[in-house]
Amino acid sequence: MNLAKELYRGIVKENPTFVLLIGMCPPLGVTNTVINGMGMGLATTAVLIGSNMVLALIKNIIPDKVRLPAFLVVIASFVTMIDLSMGAYVPDLHAQLGVFIPLIVVNCIILARAEAYASKNGVMASAVDGLVIGLGFTIALMIIGVVRELLGSGSIFNIPLLAEDATTILIFILPAGAFIAMGFLIAAINKLLKRFQ
Amino acid sequence: MADNKLPSTFFNMVLILTLISAVATVALAYTYQVTKEPRALVEIKKTEAALKAILPEFDNNPTDEKFTLPDYPQLEFYPAKKGGQGIGWAIKTVSIGFSGEVWIMVGFDVNKHILNTQVLSQTETPGLGTKMTQDKFQAQFRGQNPAEFKLMVKKDGGSVDALTAATISSRAFCEALNKAAKALEQGGAK
Amino acid sequence: MEYLTIIFVSIFVNNVIFAQFLGMCPFLGVSSKVKTAIGMSAAVTFVMVLATVSTFLLQVKVLDPFGIGYLQTIVFIVVIASLVQMVELILKKVSQPLYQALGIFLPLITTNCAILGTTVIVFKKNLNLISGTIYAFGTAVGFGLAIIIFAGIREKIDLMDVPEAMKGAPIALITTGLLALAFMGFSGMG
Repeated sequence: MNLAKELYRGIVKENPTFVLLIGMCPPLGVTNTVINGMGMGLATTAVLIGSNMVLALIKNIIPDKVRLPAFLVVIASFVTMIDLSMGAYVPDLHAQLGVFIPLIVVNCIILARAEAYASKNGVMASAVDGLVIGLGFTIALMIIGVVRELLGSGSIFNIPLLAEDATTILIFILPAGAFIAMGFLIAAINKLLKRFQ
Repeated sequence: MADNKLPSTFFNMVLILTLISAVATVALAYTYQVTKEPRALVEIKKTEAALKAILPEFDNNPTDEKFTLPDYPQLEFYPAKKGGQGIGWAIKTVSIGFSGEVWIMVGFDVNKHILNTQVLSQTETPGLGTKMTQDKFQAQFRGQNPAEFKLMVKKDGGSVDALTAATISSRAFCEALNKAAKALEQGGAK
Repeated sequence: MEYLTIIFVSIFVNNVIFAQFLGMCPFLGVSSKVKTAIGMSAAVTFVMVLATVSTFLLQVKVLDPFGIGYLQTIVFIVVIASLVQMVELILKKVSQPLYQALGIFLPLITTNCAILGTTVIVFKKNLNLISGTIYAFGTAVGFGLAIIIFAGIREKIDLMDVPEAMKGAPIALITTGLLALAFMGFSGMG
Protein backbone atom coordinates (compact mmCIF):
# COMPACT_ATOMS: atom_id res chain seq x y z
CA MET A 1 0.00 0.00 0.00
CA ASN A 2 1.49 3.26 -1.11
CA LEU A 3 1.02 5.59 1.85
CA ALA A 4 1.86 8.70 -0.13
CA LYS A 5 -0.71 7.83 -2.77
CA GLU A 6 -3.31 7.18 -0.10
CA LEU A 7 -2.57 10.50 1.60
CA TYR A 8 -2.94 12.33 -1.70
CA ARG A 9 -6.24 10.56 -2.28
CA GLY A 10 -7.70 11.43 1.10
CA ILE A 11 -6.44 14.98 1.34
CA VAL A 12 -6.72 16.16 -2.26
CA LYS A 13 -8.33 13.93 -4.84
CA GLU A 14 -11.19 12.67 -2.68
CA ASN A 15 -11.28 15.38 -0.04
CA PRO A 16 -14.65 14.80 1.61
CA THR A 17 -15.41 18.47 2.19
CA PHE A 18 -14.12 20.22 -0.91
CA VAL A 19 -14.47 17.49 -3.53
CA LEU A 20 -16.99 14.88 -2.40
CA LEU A 21 -19.11 17.49 -0.61
CA ILE A 22 -20.29 15.14 2.10
CA GLY A 23 -20.44 15.62 5.86
CA MET A 24 -21.12 19.31 5.54
CA CYS A 25 -22.62 20.05 8.96
CA PRO A 26 -19.37 20.33 10.93
CA PRO A 27 -17.53 22.39 8.29
CA LEU A 28 -20.15 25.03 8.76
CA GLY A 29 -20.95 24.52 12.41
CA VAL A 30 -17.63 24.28 14.23
CA THR A 31 -15.19 26.24 12.11
CA ASN A 32 -15.59 29.53 13.96
CA THR A 33 -12.11 28.96 15.34
CA VAL A 34 -9.24 26.90 13.97
CA ILE A 35 -8.91 24.94 17.21
CA ASN A 36 -12.57 23.89 17.10
CA GLY A 37 -12.20 22.82 13.48
CA MET A 38 -9.05 20.86 14.23
CA GLY A 39 -10.56 19.25 17.33
CA MET A 40 -13.65 18.16 15.49
CA GLY A 41 -11.57 16.87 12.58
CA LEU A 42 -9.35 14.77 14.85
CA ALA A 43 -12.34 13.41 16.81
CA THR A 44 -14.05 12.44 13.56
CA THR A 45 -10.84 10.85 12.28
CA ALA A 46 -10.60 8.76 15.46
CA VAL A 47 -14.17 7.54 14.98
CA LEU A 48 -13.53 6.89 11.27
CA ILE A 49 -10.47 4.74 11.93
CA GLY A 50 -12.19 2.82 14.73
CA SER A 51 -15.43 2.16 12.92
CA ASN A 52 -13.72 1.33 9.62
CA MET A 53 -11.50 -1.23 11.35
CA VAL A 54 -14.27 -2.92 13.34
CA LEU A 55 -16.67 -2.97 10.40
CA ALA A 56 -14.01 -4.41 8.10
CA LEU A 57 -13.40 -7.06 10.75
CA ILE A 58 -17.01 -8.16 11.12
CA LYS A 59 -18.25 -7.45 7.63
CA ASN A 60 -18.87 -11.10 6.92
CA ILE A 61 -21.19 -11.74 9.82
CA ILE A 62 -23.50 -8.81 9.21
CA PRO A 63 -26.59 -9.99 7.33
CA ASP A 64 -27.19 -7.73 4.35
CA LYS A 65 -30.61 -6.52 5.45
CA VAL A 66 -29.41 -5.16 8.78
CA ARG A 67 -26.34 -3.38 7.45
CA LEU A 68 -27.53 0.10 8.33
CA PRO A 69 -28.53 -0.49 11.97
CA ALA A 70 -25.41 -2.59 12.54
CA PHE A 71 -23.16 0.14 11.10
CA LEU A 72 -24.95 2.78 13.16
CA VAL A 73 -24.53 0.91 16.45
CA VAL A 74 -20.81 0.39 15.85
CA ILE A 75 -20.27 4.01 14.79
CA ALA A 76 -22.38 5.33 17.65
CA SER A 77 -20.31 3.31 20.14
CA PHE A 78 -17.08 4.89 18.95
CA VAL A 79 -18.68 8.32 19.00
CA THR A 80 -19.79 7.82 22.59
CA MET A 81 -16.34 6.61 23.60
CA ILE A 82 -14.78 9.72 22.04
CA ASP A 83 -17.46 11.89 23.68
CA LEU A 84 -16.73 10.49 27.14
CA SER A 85 -12.96 10.68 26.65
CA MET A 86 -13.05 14.25 25.44
CA GLY A 87 -15.19 15.28 28.40
CA ALA A 88 -12.55 13.80 30.67
CA TYR A 89 -9.30 14.87 29.00
CA VAL A 90 -10.06 17.96 26.90
CA PRO A 91 -13.05 19.53 28.70
CA ASP A 92 -12.80 22.99 27.15
CA LEU A 93 -12.80 21.69 23.59
CA HIS A 94 -15.59 19.29 24.57
CA ALA A 95 -17.72 22.20 25.79
CA GLN A 96 -16.97 24.24 22.66
CA LEU A 97 -17.94 21.47 20.23
CA GLY A 98 -21.03 20.65 22.29
CA VAL A 99 -23.87 18.95 20.44
CA PHE A 100 -21.71 18.41 17.32
CA ILE A 101 -19.81 15.59 19.05
CA PRO A 102 -22.71 13.12 19.26
CA LEU A 103 -23.63 14.31 15.76
CA ILE A 104 -20.45 12.70 14.44
CA VAL A 105 -22.53 9.52 14.25
CA VAL A 106 -24.63 10.98 11.45
CA ASN A 107 -21.70 12.53 9.65
CA CYS A 108 -22.32 11.14 6.16
CA ILE A 109 -18.57 10.65 5.70
CA ILE A 110 -18.39 7.83 8.21
CA LEU A 111 -21.37 5.90 6.83
CA ALA A 112 -20.16 6.52 3.28
CA ARG A 113 -16.70 5.10 4.01
CA ALA A 114 -18.21 2.16 5.90
CA GLU A 115 -20.38 1.31 2.93
CA ALA A 116 -17.92 2.10 0.16
CA TYR A 117 -14.69 0.84 1.68
CA ALA A 118 -14.80 -0.99 4.99
CA SER A 119 -17.44 -3.45 3.87
CA LYS A 120 -15.26 -4.49 0.96
CA ASN A 121 -11.70 -4.34 2.23
CA GLY A 122 -9.37 -5.65 4.88
CA VAL A 123 -8.86 -4.23 8.35
CA MET A 124 -5.53 -2.47 7.78
CA ALA A 125 -6.57 -1.02 4.43
CA SER A 126 -9.77 0.29 6.00
CA ALA A 127 -7.80 1.79 8.87
CA VAL A 128 -5.60 3.68 6.42
CA ASP A 129 -8.64 4.80 4.44
CA GLY A 130 -10.19 6.13 7.64
CA LEU A 131 -6.95 7.93 8.47
CA VAL A 132 -6.43 9.67 5.14
CA ILE A 133 -10.04 10.69 4.58
CA GLY A 134 -10.16 11.87 8.19
CA LEU A 135 -7.01 13.90 7.62
CA GLY A 136 -8.52 15.42 4.50
CA PHE A 137 -11.55 16.36 6.54
CA THR A 138 -9.43 17.82 9.35
CA ILE A 139 -7.34 19.90 6.96
CA ALA A 140 -10.46 21.18 5.23
CA LEU A 141 -11.94 22.19 8.57
CA MET A 142 -8.75 23.97 9.55
CA ILE A 143 -8.61 25.90 6.27
CA ILE A 144 -12.18 27.10 6.71
CA GLY A 145 -11.38 27.82 10.34
CA VAL A 146 -8.43 29.99 9.40
CA VAL A 147 -10.55 32.08 7.03
CA ARG A 148 -13.39 32.49 9.51
CA GLU A 149 -11.32 33.10 12.62
CA LEU A 150 -8.92 35.48 10.90
CA LEU A 151 -11.60 37.57 9.24
CA GLY A 152 -14.12 37.27 12.04
CA SER A 153 -12.05 37.57 15.22
CA GLY A 154 -8.67 38.67 13.96
CA SER A 155 -6.89 35.68 15.45
CA ILE A 156 -5.65 32.19 14.67
CA PHE A 157 -5.48 29.47 17.33
CA ASN A 158 -6.82 32.15 19.66
CA ILE A 159 -3.65 34.17 19.18
CA PRO A 160 -4.68 37.66 18.17
CA LEU A 161 -2.96 38.72 14.99
CA LEU A 162 -4.53 42.07 14.38
CA ALA A 163 -4.46 45.19 16.50
CA GLU A 164 -6.70 45.17 19.55
CA ASP A 165 -9.36 47.38 18.06
CA ALA A 166 -8.97 46.57 14.38
CA THR A 167 -12.30 46.12 12.68
CA THR A 168 -13.14 42.51 12.09
CA ILE A 169 -15.84 41.29 9.78
CA LEU A 170 -18.07 39.80 12.48
CA ILE A 171 -20.27 38.05 9.97
CA PHE A 172 -17.65 35.37 9.45
CA ILE A 173 -18.00 33.84 12.87
CA LEU A 174 -21.75 33.82 12.47
CA PRO A 175 -23.61 31.19 10.44
CA ALA A 176 -24.21 33.39 7.40
CA GLY A 177 -20.50 34.03 7.02
CA ALA A 178 -19.72 30.34 7.25
CA PHE A 179 -21.84 29.63 4.20
CA ILE A 180 -20.34 32.48 2.24
CA ALA A 181 -16.78 31.60 3.20
CA MET A 182 -17.32 27.96 2.23
CA GLY A 183 -18.89 28.94 -1.07
CA PHE A 184 -15.95 31.07 -2.10
CA LEU A 185 -13.42 28.53 -0.82
CA ILE A 186 -14.93 25.70 -2.84
CA ALA A 187 -15.07 27.92 -5.92
CA ALA A 188 -11.41 28.86 -5.44
CA ILE A 189 -10.39 25.23 -4.94
CA ASN A 190 -12.41 24.17 -7.97
CA LYS A 191 -10.46 26.68 -10.03
CA LEU A 192 -7.12 25.52 -8.58
CA LEU A 193 -7.88 21.85 -9.21
CA LYS A 194 -8.89 22.61 -12.81
CA ARG A 195 -5.57 24.34 -13.41
CA PHE A 196 -3.62 21.32 -12.21
CA GLN A 197 -5.57 18.85 -14.27
CA MET B 1 -21.22 -8.55 -2.56
CA ALA B 2 -23.40 -10.62 -0.25
CA ASP B 3 -21.86 -13.94 -1.31
CA ASN B 4 -19.75 -14.60 1.73
CA LYS B 5 -22.05 -12.81 4.17
CA LEU B 6 -24.39 -14.40 6.63
CA PRO B 7 -27.82 -14.94 5.04
CA SER B 8 -30.48 -12.48 6.17
CA THR B 9 -32.71 -14.86 8.04
CA PHE B 10 -34.76 -13.44 10.86
CA PHE B 11 -32.78 -15.43 13.39
CA ASN B 12 -29.44 -14.23 12.04
CA MET B 13 -30.50 -10.62 11.94
CA VAL B 14 -31.74 -10.60 15.51
CA LEU B 15 -28.71 -12.56 16.72
CA ILE B 16 -26.14 -10.30 15.10
CA LEU B 17 -27.82 -7.08 16.14
CA THR B 18 -28.17 -8.30 19.70
CA LEU B 19 -24.55 -9.42 19.73
CA ILE B 20 -23.27 -6.12 18.39
CA SER B 21 -25.41 -4.16 20.82
CA ALA B 22 -24.23 -6.28 23.72
CA VAL B 23 -20.56 -5.79 22.87
CA ALA B 24 -21.16 -2.08 22.36
CA THR B 25 -22.87 -1.72 25.72
CA VAL B 26 -20.05 -3.50 27.52
CA ALA B 27 -17.40 -1.40 25.78
CA LEU B 28 -19.24 1.79 26.64
CA ALA B 29 -19.91 0.83 30.24
CA TYR B 30 -16.17 0.24 30.59
CA THR B 31 -15.25 3.56 28.99
CA TYR B 32 -17.79 5.31 31.20
CA GLN B 33 -16.24 3.86 34.33
CA VAL B 34 -12.70 4.64 33.26
CA THR B 35 -13.50 8.26 32.44
CA LYS B 36 -15.76 8.83 35.45
CA GLU B 37 -13.05 10.07 37.75
CA PRO B 38 -11.27 12.37 35.28
CA ARG B 39 -14.58 13.91 34.33
CA ALA B 40 -15.48 14.55 37.96
CA LEU B 41 -12.03 16.03 38.52
CA VAL B 42 -12.58 18.49 35.68
CA GLU B 43 -15.61 19.88 37.45
CA ILE B 44 -13.78 20.20 40.76
CA LYS B 45 -10.82 21.98 39.20
CA LYS B 46 -13.09 24.46 37.48
CA THR B 47 -14.88 25.24 40.73
CA GLU B 48 -11.63 25.72 42.65
CA ALA B 49 -10.28 28.07 40.00
CA ALA B 50 -13.47 30.10 40.02
CA LEU B 51 -13.43 30.38 43.82
CA LYS B 52 -9.88 31.68 43.78
CA ALA B 53 -10.70 34.23 41.10
CA ILE B 54 -13.86 35.56 42.69
CA LEU B 55 -13.39 35.59 46.45
CA PRO B 56 -11.00 37.74 48.44
CA GLU B 57 -8.13 35.86 50.01
CA PHE B 58 -9.47 33.12 52.26
CA ASP B 59 -7.72 30.63 54.50
CA ASN B 60 -10.41 28.00 54.87
CA ASN B 61 -11.49 25.40 52.34
CA PRO B 62 -14.81 26.64 50.95
CA THR B 63 -15.40 23.38 49.08
CA ASP B 64 -15.23 21.40 52.30
CA GLU B 65 -17.72 23.74 53.94
CA LYS B 66 -20.07 24.01 51.00
CA PHE B 67 -23.79 23.73 51.65
CA THR B 68 -27.13 23.95 49.87
CA LEU B 69 -30.48 25.32 50.91
CA PRO B 70 -33.61 23.16 50.74
CA ASP B 71 -35.47 25.84 48.76
CA TYR B 72 -32.67 26.11 46.21
CA PRO B 73 -31.43 22.57 45.65
CA GLN B 74 -29.39 23.42 42.55
CA LEU B 75 -27.39 26.25 44.11
CA GLU B 76 -24.15 25.58 45.96
CA PHE B 77 -22.85 27.94 48.64
CA TYR B 78 -19.12 28.22 49.29
CA PRO B 79 -18.39 30.23 52.44
CA ALA B 80 -15.04 32.00 52.56
CA LYS B 81 -13.36 32.69 55.89
CA LYS B 82 -10.21 34.37 57.05
CA GLY B 83 -8.95 33.97 60.60
CA GLY B 84 -12.21 32.30 61.56
CA GLN B 85 -14.26 35.26 60.36
CA GLY B 86 -16.63 34.98 57.44
CA ILE B 87 -15.57 37.27 54.60
CA GLY B 88 -18.07 36.36 51.95
CA TRP B 89 -19.70 33.65 49.92
CA ALA B 90 -19.35 32.30 46.42
CA ILE B 91 -22.53 30.84 45.02
CA LYS B 92 -22.70 28.44 42.09
CA THR B 93 -25.95 29.28 40.38
CA VAL B 94 -27.67 28.21 37.18
CA SER B 95 -30.36 29.30 34.75
CA ILE B 96 -31.58 28.25 31.32
CA GLY B 97 -30.20 30.38 28.51
CA PHE B 98 -30.93 30.28 24.82
CA SER B 99 -29.35 26.91 24.07
CA GLY B 100 -28.93 25.26 27.42
CA GLU B 101 -27.82 25.73 30.99
CA VAL B 102 -25.75 28.71 32.03
CA TRP B 103 -23.69 28.06 35.17
CA ILE B 104 -22.25 31.07 36.97
CA MET B 105 -20.11 31.46 40.06
CA VAL B 106 -20.96 34.75 41.79
CA GLY B 107 -19.14 36.12 44.81
CA PHE B 108 -20.79 38.25 47.52
CA ASP B 109 -19.04 40.11 50.33
CA VAL B 110 -20.31 40.23 53.93
CA ASN B 111 -22.59 43.13 53.03
CA LYS B 112 -24.18 40.98 50.33
CA HIS B 113 -22.78 43.17 47.58
CA ILE B 114 -21.58 41.48 44.42
CA LEU B 115 -17.84 41.00 44.39
CA ASN B 116 -17.34 39.36 41.04
CA THR B 117 -18.83 36.91 38.58
CA GLN B 118 -17.46 34.13 36.42
CA VAL B 119 -19.26 32.03 33.85
CA LEU B 120 -18.52 28.37 34.55
CA SER B 121 -20.22 26.97 31.47
CA GLN B 122 -22.61 28.04 28.75
CA THR B 123 -23.54 26.96 25.26
CA GLU B 124 -25.00 30.17 23.86
CA THR B 125 -24.75 31.43 20.29
CA PRO B 126 -21.12 32.07 19.35
CA GLY B 127 -20.41 35.76 18.88
CA LEU B 128 -23.67 36.82 20.51
CA GLY B 129 -24.63 35.12 23.76
CA THR B 130 -21.10 33.86 24.36
CA LYS B 131 -20.06 37.48 24.93
CA MET B 132 -21.45 37.08 28.45
CA THR B 133 -18.07 35.59 29.34
CA GLN B 134 -16.34 38.86 28.53
CA ASP B 135 -15.30 41.41 31.09
CA LYS B 136 -17.09 44.07 29.06
CA PHE B 137 -20.42 42.57 30.06
CA GLN B 138 -19.61 41.33 33.56
CA ALA B 139 -17.92 44.54 34.74
CA GLN B 140 -21.26 46.22 35.34
CA PHE B 141 -22.11 43.79 38.13
CA ARG B 142 -19.04 44.37 40.25
CA GLY B 143 -19.64 46.12 43.55
CA GLN B 144 -23.36 46.34 42.98
CA ASN B 145 -25.93 45.97 45.73
CA PRO B 146 -28.73 43.72 44.49
CA ALA B 147 -31.17 45.64 46.66
CA GLU B 148 -30.60 48.77 44.57
CA PHE B 149 -29.13 47.47 41.30
CA LYS B 150 -32.09 45.53 39.85
CA LEU B 151 -30.75 42.30 38.40
CA MET B 152 -32.89 42.37 35.25
CA VAL B 153 -32.22 43.72 31.78
CA LYS B 154 -33.22 47.33 31.17
CA LYS B 155 -35.89 46.13 28.75
CA ASP B 156 -37.60 44.38 31.66
CA GLY B 157 -37.30 47.37 33.95
CA GLY B 158 -33.98 46.48 35.52
CA SER B 159 -30.57 48.11 35.63
CA VAL B 160 -28.59 45.71 33.46
CA ASP B 161 -27.27 46.56 29.99
CA ALA B 162 -28.09 43.54 27.86
CA LEU B 163 -25.74 42.05 25.26
CA THR B 164 -26.39 43.15 21.69
CA ALA B 165 -28.85 40.78 19.97
CA ALA B 166 -28.63 38.37 22.90
CA THR B 167 -31.50 39.36 25.16
CA ILE B 168 -32.32 35.81 26.19
CA SER B 169 -28.72 35.06 27.15
CA SER B 170 -28.52 38.32 29.11
CA ARG B 171 -31.79 37.50 30.87
CA ALA B 172 -30.43 34.09 31.81
CA PHE B 173 -27.32 35.66 33.31
CA CYS B 174 -29.45 38.04 35.39
CA GLU B 175 -31.80 35.27 36.45
CA ALA B 176 -28.92 33.20 37.74
CA LEU B 177 -27.55 36.13 39.72
CA ASN B 178 -30.99 37.01 41.03
CA LYS B 179 -31.52 33.47 42.27
CA ALA B 180 -28.21 33.61 44.11
CA ALA B 181 -28.95 36.99 45.68
CA LYS B 182 -32.40 35.86 46.82
CA ALA B 183 -31.06 32.63 48.23
CA LEU B 184 -28.43 34.58 50.13
CA GLU B 185 -31.14 36.76 51.65
CA GLN B 186 -33.29 33.80 52.58
CA GLY B 187 -30.85 32.00 54.79
CA GLY B 188 -27.70 31.61 52.82
CA ALA B 189 -25.81 34.07 54.94
CA LYS B 190 -24.31 31.48 57.24
CA MET C 1 -48.86 31.98 24.60
CA GLU C 2 -45.49 30.43 25.29
CA TYR C 3 -45.95 27.69 22.72
CA LEU C 4 -46.43 30.22 19.94
CA THR C 5 -43.12 31.79 20.92
CA ILE C 6 -41.39 28.43 20.73
CA ILE C 7 -42.74 27.88 17.24
CA PHE C 8 -41.88 31.34 15.98
CA VAL C 9 -38.38 31.18 17.41
CA SER C 10 -37.61 27.73 16.05
CA ILE C 11 -38.85 28.57 12.56
CA PHE C 12 -37.34 32.03 12.12
CA VAL C 13 -35.00 33.19 14.85
CA ASN C 14 -33.13 29.97 15.44
CA ASN C 15 -33.76 28.31 12.08
CA VAL C 16 -32.26 24.84 12.13
CA ILE C 17 -30.37 25.39 8.87
CA PHE C 18 -29.58 29.08 8.76
CA ALA C 19 -28.70 29.50 12.42
CA GLN C 20 -27.89 26.06 13.80
CA PHE C 21 -26.22 24.43 10.75
CA LEU C 22 -28.07 21.17 11.23
CA GLY C 23 -29.48 19.27 8.26
CA MET C 24 -26.92 20.49 5.74
CA CYS C 25 -26.48 17.21 3.81
CA PRO C 26 -30.08 16.90 2.62
CA PHE C 27 -30.31 20.66 2.30
CA LEU C 28 -27.47 20.97 -0.18
CA GLY C 29 -28.17 17.70 -1.92
CA VAL C 30 -31.92 17.83 -2.23
CA SER C 31 -33.29 18.15 -5.72
CA SER C 32 -33.89 21.63 -6.99
CA LYS C 33 -37.52 20.78 -7.55
CA VAL C 34 -39.91 22.49 -5.21
CA LYS C 35 -42.26 19.52 -5.28
CA THR C 36 -39.63 17.10 -3.98
CA ALA C 37 -38.64 19.60 -1.34
CA ILE C 38 -42.21 19.71 -0.08
CA GLY C 39 -42.41 15.91 0.07
CA MET C 40 -39.09 15.77 1.90
CA SER C 41 -40.18 18.33 4.49
CA ALA C 42 -43.35 16.40 5.20
CA ALA C 43 -41.36 13.20 5.77
CA VAL C 44 -38.83 15.01 7.96
CA THR C 45 -41.57 16.65 10.02
CA PHE C 46 -43.20 13.29 10.63
CA VAL C 47 -39.95 11.61 11.68
CA MET C 48 -38.74 14.59 13.70
CA VAL C 49 -41.86 14.81 15.85
CA LEU C 50 -42.19 11.06 16.38
CA ALA C 51 -38.48 10.73 17.11
CA THR C 52 -38.56 13.53 19.68
CA VAL C 53 -41.49 11.99 21.52
CA SER C 54 -40.06 8.47 21.56
CA THR C 55 -36.52 9.45 22.51
CA PHE C 56 -37.85 11.74 25.21
CA LEU C 57 -39.86 8.95 26.78
CA LEU C 58 -36.95 6.53 26.47
CA GLN C 59 -34.55 8.96 28.13
CA VAL C 60 -36.89 9.77 30.97
CA LYS C 61 -38.31 6.31 31.60
CA VAL C 62 -35.36 4.08 30.80
CA LEU C 63 -31.97 5.77 30.37
CA ASP C 64 -32.05 8.13 33.34
CA PRO C 65 -33.64 5.82 35.94
CA PHE C 66 -31.12 3.07 35.14
CA GLY C 67 -28.19 5.46 35.02
CA ILE C 68 -27.23 4.46 31.50
CA GLY C 69 -27.31 7.95 30.07
CA TYR C 70 -24.12 7.27 28.16
CA LEU C 71 -26.09 4.99 25.84
CA GLN C 72 -28.06 8.00 24.63
CA THR C 73 -26.33 8.32 21.25
CA ILE C 74 -26.73 4.65 20.37
CA VAL C 75 -30.35 4.38 21.53
CA PHE C 76 -31.44 7.61 19.87
CA ILE C 77 -29.91 6.82 16.49
CA VAL C 78 -31.40 3.30 16.49
CA VAL C 79 -34.83 4.77 17.26
CA ILE C 80 -34.46 7.27 14.42
CA ALA C 81 -33.27 4.61 11.96
CA SER C 82 -36.23 2.41 12.89
CA LEU C 83 -38.70 5.27 12.47
CA VAL C 84 -37.31 6.04 9.02
CA GLN C 85 -37.64 2.36 8.04
CA MET C 86 -41.24 2.53 9.22
CA VAL C 87 -41.94 5.69 7.22
CA GLU C 88 -40.45 4.04 4.14
CA LEU C 89 -42.70 0.99 4.51
CA ILE C 90 -45.79 3.11 5.13
CA LEU C 91 -45.06 5.40 2.20
CA LYS C 92 -44.49 2.41 -0.10
CA LYS C 93 -47.96 1.12 0.74
CA VAL C 94 -49.80 4.42 0.90
CA SER C 95 -48.31 6.53 -1.88
CA GLN C 96 -46.07 4.81 -4.45
CA PRO C 97 -45.48 7.96 -6.57
CA LEU C 98 -44.22 9.96 -3.60
CA TYR C 99 -42.08 7.02 -2.51
CA GLN C 100 -40.51 6.94 -5.97
CA ALA C 101 -40.01 10.69 -6.12
CA LEU C 102 -38.16 10.81 -2.80
CA GLY C 103 -36.03 7.84 -3.75
CA ILE C 104 -32.65 7.78 -2.05
CA PHE C 105 -33.49 10.79 0.11
CA LEU C 106 -35.85 8.75 2.25
CA PRO C 107 -33.27 6.50 3.96
CA LEU C 108 -30.98 9.53 4.11
CA ILE C 109 -33.35 11.11 6.61
CA THR C 110 -31.66 8.88 9.17
CA THR C 111 -28.42 10.79 8.73
CA ASN C 112 -30.12 14.16 8.81
CA CYS C 113 -28.23 15.75 11.70
CA ALA C 114 -31.23 17.98 12.30
CA ILE C 115 -33.19 15.05 13.67
CA LEU C 116 -30.60 13.56 16.03
CA GLY C 117 -29.56 17.10 16.91
CA THR C 118 -33.06 18.14 17.87
CA THR C 119 -33.69 15.04 20.00
CA VAL C 120 -30.54 15.86 21.99
CA ILE C 121 -31.10 19.62 22.14
CA VAL C 122 -34.54 19.12 23.71
CA PHE C 123 -32.72 17.92 26.83
CA LYS C 124 -30.07 20.62 26.73
CA LYS C 125 -32.82 23.21 26.74
CA ASN C 126 -34.57 21.47 29.61
CA LEU C 127 -37.87 21.27 27.77
CA ASN C 128 -40.67 19.03 28.94
CA LEU C 129 -42.47 16.58 26.66
CA ILE C 130 -45.03 19.05 25.32
CA SER C 131 -42.66 21.99 24.77
CA GLY C 132 -40.14 19.58 23.30
CA THR C 133 -42.63 18.21 20.82
CA ILE C 134 -43.70 21.70 19.82
CA TYR C 135 -40.05 22.69 19.48
CA ALA C 136 -39.45 19.67 17.23
CA PHE C 137 -42.45 20.55 15.11
CA GLY C 138 -41.30 24.15 14.77
CA THR C 139 -37.79 23.02 13.89
CA ALA C 140 -39.11 20.70 11.18
CA VAL C 141 -41.24 23.49 9.74
CA GLY C 142 -38.17 25.72 9.74
CA PHE C 143 -36.27 23.00 7.89
CA GLY C 144 -39.08 22.66 5.37
CA LEU C 145 -39.25 26.39 4.87
CA ALA C 146 -35.52 26.54 4.26
CA ILE C 147 -35.36 23.75 1.67
CA ILE C 148 -38.48 24.92 -0.14
CA ILE C 149 -37.18 28.48 -0.45
CA PHE C 150 -33.84 27.09 -1.50
CA ALA C 151 -35.34 24.75 -4.11
CA GLY C 152 -37.28 27.68 -5.52
CA ILE C 153 -34.15 29.82 -5.79
CA ARG C 154 -32.16 26.93 -7.25
CA GLU C 155 -34.76 26.47 -9.95
CA LYS C 156 -34.08 30.06 -11.00
CA ILE C 157 -30.29 29.83 -10.70
CA ASP C 158 -30.25 26.83 -13.02
CA LEU C 159 -31.49 29.17 -15.75
CA MET C 160 -28.81 31.77 -15.14
CA ASP C 161 -25.27 32.32 -16.34
CA VAL C 162 -23.02 31.29 -13.47
CA PRO C 163 -19.19 31.50 -13.67
CA GLU C 164 -17.67 28.06 -14.22
CA ALA C 165 -15.93 27.71 -10.85
CA MET C 166 -19.04 28.84 -9.02
CA LYS C 167 -21.37 26.30 -10.54
CA GLY C 168 -23.08 23.88 -8.20
CA ALA C 169 -22.03 23.88 -4.57
CA PRO C 170 -20.33 27.31 -4.34
CA ILE C 171 -23.25 29.31 -5.66
CA ALA C 172 -25.59 27.19 -3.55
CA LEU C 173 -23.59 27.92 -0.42
CA ILE C 174 -23.32 31.63 -1.10
CA THR C 175 -27.05 31.82 -1.74
CA THR C 176 -27.63 30.03 1.55
CA GLY C 177 -25.36 32.53 3.24
CA LEU C 178 -27.40 35.40 1.89
CA LEU C 179 -30.58 33.67 3.03
CA ALA C 180 -29.01 33.18 6.46
CA LEU C 181 -28.18 36.87 6.51
CA ALA C 182 -31.78 37.67 5.74
CA PHE C 183 -33.00 35.41 8.53
CA MET C 184 -30.62 37.16 10.91
CA GLY C 185 -33.05 40.01 10.77
CA PHE C 186 -35.21 37.93 13.08
CA SER C 187 -32.59 37.64 15.80
CA GLY C 188 -33.31 39.46 18.99
CA MET C 189 -36.98 38.64 18.75
CA GLY C 190 -38.69 36.38 21.22
